[in-house]
Amino acid sequence: MKIKVKVNGEWKEWEIDPSDYLLDVLRREGYLSVKRACDTGTCGACTVLVDGFPALSCSVLAATMDGHEITTAEGIADEMEEYIKALASEGAEQCGFCSPGLMVMVYALKKEIENGKVEKNEEAVKRYLIGNLCRCSGYLGQQRAIFKFLGVK
Amino acid sequence: MREVKKSVPKKDSYGLIRGKPVYTDDIAPRDSLIVKVLRSPHAFARIKSIDTSEALTMSGVELVLTYKDVPRKPITRAGQGYPEPSPYDKFILDEYVRYVGDEVAVVAAKDERTAEEALKKIKVEYDVLEPVLDFEKAEGNPSVIHPEDDIFPQFDIGFDPKRNIAASYEMEIGDVDEIIKECEEDPDCVVVKDRFYTQAQAHVMLEPHASFAYIDMSGRLVIVTSTQTPFHVRRQVSMVLGIPIKDIRVIKPRIGGGFGGKQALHGELIVSLVTWKTKKPAKLVYTRREVFEATYTRHPSRFDVTLAATKDGKLRAIAYDVLWDTGAYGEHALTTLMVAGSKTLPMYNKVDGVRFRGKVVYTNHVPAGAYRGYGAIQGNFALESAMDILAEKLGMDPVELRLKNIIREGETSPIFKIMGEGREGTDMIIKSCKLEQAIRRGAEIINWEKKFRKREKRGSKVKGVGMAIAMQGSGIANIDMGSAIIKLNDDGSFNLLVGATDLGTGSDTILAQIAAEVLGVSTDDIIVYSSDTDLTPFDAGAYASSTTYVSGNAVRIAAEKMKKLIIEEGARKLGLGPEEVEFDGKVIRAKDGSKEVTLKELATVRYYTEDQKQLIADGSFVGPESPPPYAATFVEVEVDTETGKVDVLKYVSILDIGTPINPALARIQAEGGAVQGIGMALYEDVKYSSSGKLLTNNLMYYKIPSRLDVPDIHVEFLESYEPTGPFGAKSVAEIGIDTPPAAIANAVYDAIGVRIKSLPLTPEKVFFAMKK
Repeated sequence: MKIKVKVNGEWKEWEIDPSDYLLDVLRREGYLSVKRACDTGTCGACTVLVDGFPALSCSVLAATMDGHEITTAEGIADEMEEYIKALASEGAEQCGFCSPGLMVMVYALKKEIENGKVEKNEEAVKRYLIGNLCRCSGYLGQQRAIFKFLGVK
Repeated sequence: MREVKKSVPKKDSYGLIRGKPVYTDDIAPRDSLIVKVLRSPHAFARIKSIDTSEALTMSGVELVLTYKDVPRKPITRAGQGYPEPSPYDKFILDEYVRYVGDEVAVVAAKDERTAEEALKKIKVEYDVLEPVLDFEKAEGNPSVIHPEDDIFPQFDIGFDPKRNIAASYEMEIGDVDEIIKECEEDPDCVVVKDRFYTQAQAHVMLEPHASFAYIDMSGRLVIVTSTQTPFHVRRQVSMVLGIPIKDIRVIKPRIGGGFGGKQALHGELIVSLVTWKTKKPAKLVYTRREVFEATYTRHPSRFDVTLAATKDGKLRAIAYDVLWDTGAYGEHALTTLMVAGSKTLPMYNKVDGVRFRGKVVYTNHVPAGAYRGYGAIQGNFALESAMDILAEKLGMDPVELRLKNIIREGETSPIFKIMGEGREGTDMIIKSCKLEQAIRRGAEIINWEKKFRKREKRGSKVKGVGMAIAMQGSGIANIDMGSAIIKLNDDGSFNLLVGATDLGTGSDTILAQIAAEVLGVSTDDIIVYSSDTDLTPFDAGAYASSTTYVSGNAVRIAAEKMKKLIIEEGARKLGLGPEEVEFDGKVIRAKDGSKEVTLKELATVRYYTEDQKQLIADGSFVGPESPPPYAATFVEVEVDTETGKVDVLKYVSILDIGTPINPALARIQAEGGAVQGIGMALYEDVKYSSSGKLLTNNLMYYKIPSRLDVPDIHVEFLESYEPTGPFGAKSVAEIGIDTPPAAIANAVYDAIGVRIKSLPLTPEKVFFAMKK
């Protein structure tokens, strides 16, 4: 079947199998920031935005994406320069495998805070990001960077 | 120091965070054959018959391999230096399968779906055998896991497979039984005898194991793989497949974490075999389930610890009797076992007698292998729990008991010489050890004197504090070598080529910092390329906390040679002797200030116009010793007496790692290690069904800490300088993980007076122990 999706601002027409997951289609189409890590929708490494809201692309059928707008880490990296700097200066990306998914989530979180949907405090930020697992950093370096970026005191 | 002791960002940070395609699966050729493995549903079985004909006739299936199609050559996949201290007890494919997940057959097909369909079409009849699932019943069990006669060790490791023993080791200094007997009979002495258990832990690096292979334009086999040990991969693939080393190139791209789990070979042998047979690119990316079911865990263990001490708290003897579960194959069996002793016992070096006896048994579980801590964390839980019990029996503060007995600068331990990694060790005088300061500082921050045995209550919750100390190593002395090449470019920048393997830690960056410091240039002027067996010099790999110390020293040596070369060539250009000039990183200048040439000018001249030659230097280093980093960890917990749940409120770890080359990256290592250790202490647990099937085969059943599980962690590095390390550095990778289990268990005892002697400290276990 064919789907039309807007990926990082550009309309694409893709031939997919109805049973394809969005993660596999995105990777096949070259959006390689989207990582496969857990296969069970548990780790957050495959996080993308669908119509501006975070979704686990490993658990979304690509067929349901027809007409929708998808944003991957590639699409927001330029906007997130300040965040990238903050994370890098903590050395908290470490192996980096969870980093693009986390960046997508932080991007969404920033918008939610701006819209008053999520409170701007440490606990709320941690709760929002709980689904993004990291095995290297122990999270603290990530959080120092994220709090700084979001201006969480 | 200008470039060292400076928190510069990792060289790969921008690419990684932005999601550049830099990992194995991202860069595999689009037309790669997809390789899938049929895995055993039985814990122990012999393949009676295997029929691949139907799978082979499927359209899109390129190749199906069973044990009948592969060379029968015993190997170890351990990824260690040669000759390996692990037994050669594994075959690429075998007629026996020894755990649920063991390889039965390999399929290569045009795409994932076809490969998976083909797996289903392979018909296997198994002769199901009685598995050995309890490691305490493995030795001498009628079920022999390795009955085959063509397996062997490289040297004596106490290998006795007919009795399910993969390795064994014993050593004794002094007459330990006699000392214990004396102490038991002496009213002025105290003896502690206790048994401890540690569980299997899963690495859960975020990137699953991935490899691909292809044939290059000259017919050579190129393997791109998420490995910690590219040079060992090249050697082992060569050995098993009979392809000369010169015809193999191994490239490590960026790696999504390893923690020891990628020290060994997993997919590499299989993709190599497929590509070598088909001459087509082939890719194998493990599913998360496969990572859990068919790679490695930490070795589970049982420790019987005996401590004997005088009433005033002087330790007289330590004895360990250890049983170690290596699962189906003996990878890292002997060495992790020995590290349980060699990286715990020397902490208390003033004893009159010390004994270590251990056996490593085979079981029909997922093989155990290298995992951060590498035996030391298991030994640490047993010893540091026993020390807490001893302190209680002596009526002495555990802090005071440690301070009375610990190793200090300028001292040694006979263990260093006796226990190495799989063989004899190396004598060493401890040149840097701030353990005493670490203990005192940690006690101060946690407010030990105000909190210890105070058991502050809040409703059903009780607070407690506990502590533990640890040591680790910095590389494997006299065995593992690292090397580096530095070459000057015509703009005055340098290429640093290292075999060392950055698996996400930032070692490329800290090695560049070391080179920059020596050369007096900016880290930005050092371009690092690492881990490519064609283009970078040899390095044993990233394991045993070796990269900063071993590879770092190699880089230091290469950079010193380069500096000398620049001074010589600069002086020659200026018509002076080398002793008449100095180099400040930018300019070679006559000491009298009369003339100068910039590095850029010198390079341009040497490459284009005059006495043309490449300025290049190399360095190799093998540690003459393995200086230990140390840690003292203090935790405050709160135990809910109604549920048994343990919350870590505060975690304070004071470390002596020598000079932190990059303090930000060192801090992340210490924090990340602590959180992995807390996971092991409290809930991480690899579990099997009664028939040996792995139950914890995904991230919903196997829980790793999330960001809400992380307590308030305070990490601090003491001023310390290791004279044998590059700019005073030791290691930091593993030391952070060692202390959480014992420190937390000791804190739980402080809170509720209940001693948990087996990990993890789940609410259920704590609750039922309280009710006893």
